[in-house]
Amino acid sequence: MPAIAMEGLTKVYPTGQRALDALDLEVKEGEFLVLVGPSGCGKTTALRLVAGLEEPTGGVLRIGDRDVTHLPPKDRDVAMVFQHYALYPHMTIEANMAFPLRTRRLPKAAVRAKVLEVARLLDLEPVLGRKPAQLSGGQRQRVAMGRAIVREPAVFLMDEPLSNLDAKLRVQMRAELLRLQRRLGTATLYVTHDQVEAMTMGDRVAVLRGGVLQQCDTPHALYQRPANLFVAGFLGTPAMNLFRAQLAEDGQRLRLGSQQLPLPPEVLATRPALAPYRGRTVAVGIRPEHLALGATGAPATLRAEVALVEALGAEQLVHFTLDAPAQPVEDRAGRPGEEPAPLRLEQTGATGTARVGPDEAVRVGSTVEFGLDPATLQFFDPEGGQALWA
Amino acid sequence: MAARRRAATRGTFPGWLLPLALILPELVVVGLFFLYPAARVVEDSVTASNAFGLSSRFVGLANFRALFSGGDELHSLEVTALFVGVTTLVAMALGLFLAVQVEQLGRSRVLFRTLFVWPYAVPAAIGGTLWLFLFEPGIGPGARLLADLGVRWNFALHGPQAMVLVMAIFVWQQVGYNLLFYLAALQGVPSEFQEAAQVDGAGKLRTFWRVVFPLLGPTTFFLLVMDLLAGLFGSFAVVDLVTQGGPAGATSFLVYQLYRDGFVNSNANLAAAETIVLLVIAGVLTVFQFRFLNRRVHYR
Amino acid sequence: MRPTRGATSTLGRGARLGAVTLLALLFLVPLYVAVVAATHPASAFLRGVPVLPGGDLLANGRQVLVRGLPGTPSVPRMLLNSALMAASVTLGKLLIAVPAAFAIGFFRFPGRRLVFWLIFVTLMLPIEVTFFPTYQVSVQLGLFNNFGGLVVPLLASATAVFLFRQVFAAFPLDLVDAARLDGAGPLRFLAEVALPMARPTLAAVAVIEFVYGWNQYLWPLVITSSPSNATIVMGIREQIAAAESFAVPQWNLVMLVALLALIPPVVVVVAMQRWFVRGLVFQAR
Repeated sequence: MPAIAMEGLTKVYPTGQRALDALDLEVKEGEFLVLVGPSGCGKTTALRLVAGLEEPTGGVLRIGDRDVTHLPPKDRDVAMVFQHYALYPHMTIEANMAFPLRTRRLPKAAVRAKVLEVARLLDLEPVLGRKPAQLSGGQRQRVAMGRAIVREPAVFLMDEPLSNLDAKLRVQMRAELLRLQRRLGTATLYVTHDQVEAMTMGDRVAVLRGGVLQQCDTPHALYQRPANLFVAGFLGTPAMNLFRAQLAEDGQRLRLGSQQLPLPPEVLATRPALAPYRGRTVAVGIRPEHLALGATGAPATLRAEVALVEALGAEQLVHFTLDAPAQPVEDRAGRPGEEPAPLRLEQTGATGTARVGPDEAVRVGSTVEFGLDPATLQFFDPEGGQALWA
Repeated sequence: MAARRRAATRGTFPGWLLPLALILPELVVVGLFFLYPAARVVEDSVTASNAFGLSSRFVGLANFRALFSGGDELHSLEVTALFVGVTTLVAMALGLFLAVQVEQLGRSRVLFRTLFVWPYAVPAAIGGTLWLFLFEPGIGPGARLLADLGVRWNFALHGPQAMVLVMAIFVWQQVGYNLLFYLAALQGVPSEFQEAAQVDGAGKLRTFWRVVFPLLGPTTFFLLVMDLLAGLFGSFAVVDLVTQGGPAGATSFLVYQLYRDGFVNSNANLAAAETIVLLVIAGVLTVFQFRFLNRRVHYR
Repeated sequence: MRPTRGATSTLGRGARLGAVTLLALLFLVPLYVAVVAATHPASAFLRGVPVLPGGDLLANGRQVLVRGLPGTPSVPRMLLNSALMAASVTLGKLLIAVPAAFAIGFFRFPGRRLVFWLIFVTLMLPIEVTFFPTYQVSVQLGLFNNFGGLVVPLLASATAVFLFRQVFAAFPLDLVDAARLDGAGPLRFLAEVALPMARPTLAAVAVIEFVYGWNQYLWPLVITSSPSNATIVMGIREQIAAAESFAVPQWNLVMLVALLALIPPVVVVVAMQRWFVRGLVFQAR
């Protein structure tokens, strides 16, 4: 039995905006499921529907074995951690954590014992008498967690709980939060717009776009076999390179602008869905780490002009241009601090990025040859965007 | 994008029965004692009643015509405009001047704020009483001082003297209010602005008018409206105690004239027309103020 | 010590302090003269008001509080009426304004915008604007010459609702959602979260409404007729008239009554200055 089951969950706002469109999603017992997508994709709406803060327009919501579609939030056995923590500023930390228990009319002694237990778990005992304003960001985050934990809910709901922390603390709290969730074993639905957070934290990750579920799978599967162009472009930093290419009639070659890449027969053999695209245009995706410099003996090579080199220490990002047409992807952005077009240089063709070793000498303006294995290529329908596998 | 769409229900409780019940008492009071009277006065202003108020007939804008052609009422409009204009200007200028001075006094700021704000708390009628004694011809120290200076002081006889006295009382009460707001606004002006201007070689006075004063714009606007409203309506008690509108109507401001017409002369229809005039003036000022408040206060 | 900021004048600090002090003293003159007058016998003013306070305060006090000026309502009675009126206006306004602002701030109900505007048109309009029709309606409602008439019509002022709405609007949006998940209903949220968080505004509104109620002059004048309903502020008119009817005008007694009438609001404002200022200044935000 899943901890949360959303069946055809739909939310249409009075303005006519379809925020969530027939979402089918299950969070398994003890699972950490991340909802990710660009802003406005409906992820927060989904979370608020599960919390009971909004009424769904259609569909059914189950928590455990109960249909809670029309129950008020307090009767759903869920607890939520908010982006801005939503701590009661005039109450002490202890009172904040005790609040959800007091509203349930628990005896005072029991409330106190439970708050102390959770405070100990979260290392908050020394600050129980303080007010939220006197705490650091990380501590406030833990209090928000504590307020959720004291109730021992069936489900945790988290709305970008780490986005208010600075970068270093965020990484630290990620691990802390995961450890806590594992220890408590409580099913968790976690919303974020940060794909790195999604990939590192989720047992499974559900990608939403425009209110529609794109794909839900393990981070590994999402990365290896994105179901469509959107998922392919959304997950991964730097993003997957996407070009438009011509698949030859015989399926043995791929024409990328002025270049030809040989395709071994197993490429087509493992991707039956690609066969109908012989002699037609396909979208081809190449992960930046699949492009290698100076790899002699690679099954295929790709020539490109270097536009910019970013040395990151452990690796270098080589931004290049190619005379092949780019594959447009809507909503490709959605990562913090990144604008829709990652890098716009003089547009002679498509731009791309390769991830190469730290010691490679790459000169801006020079033409380089990347080695690549055609088996790592990903193919998509250039219009519908669906991945072309089986 | 998402935030705006969500804002519809975010941070609110569901239901409509409870909020309506919660708001009902306020609504009833406002409805009974403001909205309904304000609506009724419109009716009264276009009718004429007989002396016993038993019957009334429609007379169109006759009451307004009487208002704008009758000597007393027109005169009342004129002296009101003079009074409101002068007191607003003086109270704001003095308030700003004092605020700038007090702001630079460091720790004694609160003491001086108190020393200028307390008259604002004094009931206007009582303030009027204090000043009445102060300038009572032959007795009050103020009156005697003026007499010693060669002024033939008797505000019960000289219209301009009565006007100046009433203005002085009003300014004495209102300056503290203006100072309060200007002081708060000045403390919100980042000192970098002034430092930058001074680095650019601007003198202190120039810096103030070119840099600080424009930053006080919103406060100036707010106080302008508040002072105008206070002058329009707040002058009743002082006038009633000190001059009774005289001499010869020199200080018979609109609110006072309205009181006379309604309660002394028992002309309800004329009083209604005057109320409409007040409502329109106050309404325009309120709308003005509201457009402005709403621009700065994003309400949910 | 704060660094001095840009100034309008090139006066030195000493000159500035001197000028401001002089003006502050000038502002105090009416009050000082009243104190002097209240501590002398009326006959002392015939040769001009003395410079220093005298020793007749107790005698004057007995005269004012016990015997009173001829034909005027009892001063203690008027003081009591004023106190009851101011307290009732304060309490009544808080009782209806807090729920109203709460409803506007934390609910979405049909007609909310309309209600919002209906209430807020009164924001800048004191009772003096519509006192004539309001008087007529109040009389029809049986509120003439009684305590209810002194208080209830004055509650039709939006200042309090507006101030509370301002604080509520500044609350973090998630707070209500958190409370709903924590199992708190609207009324519990009001009692345990909204009101405690709005405590400074509560104090500010209390000060503003108390002063508003105490300082009323025109309204008590028109809505009451018997001495037993007179308030001290409106009563000053008769005090002056009675004092002037003596061969030697009893200004000492009038000034004493005036001092009694101005002490409560001035003390409240000065003592609660911090909240009063905060409440007022918040209006302009």
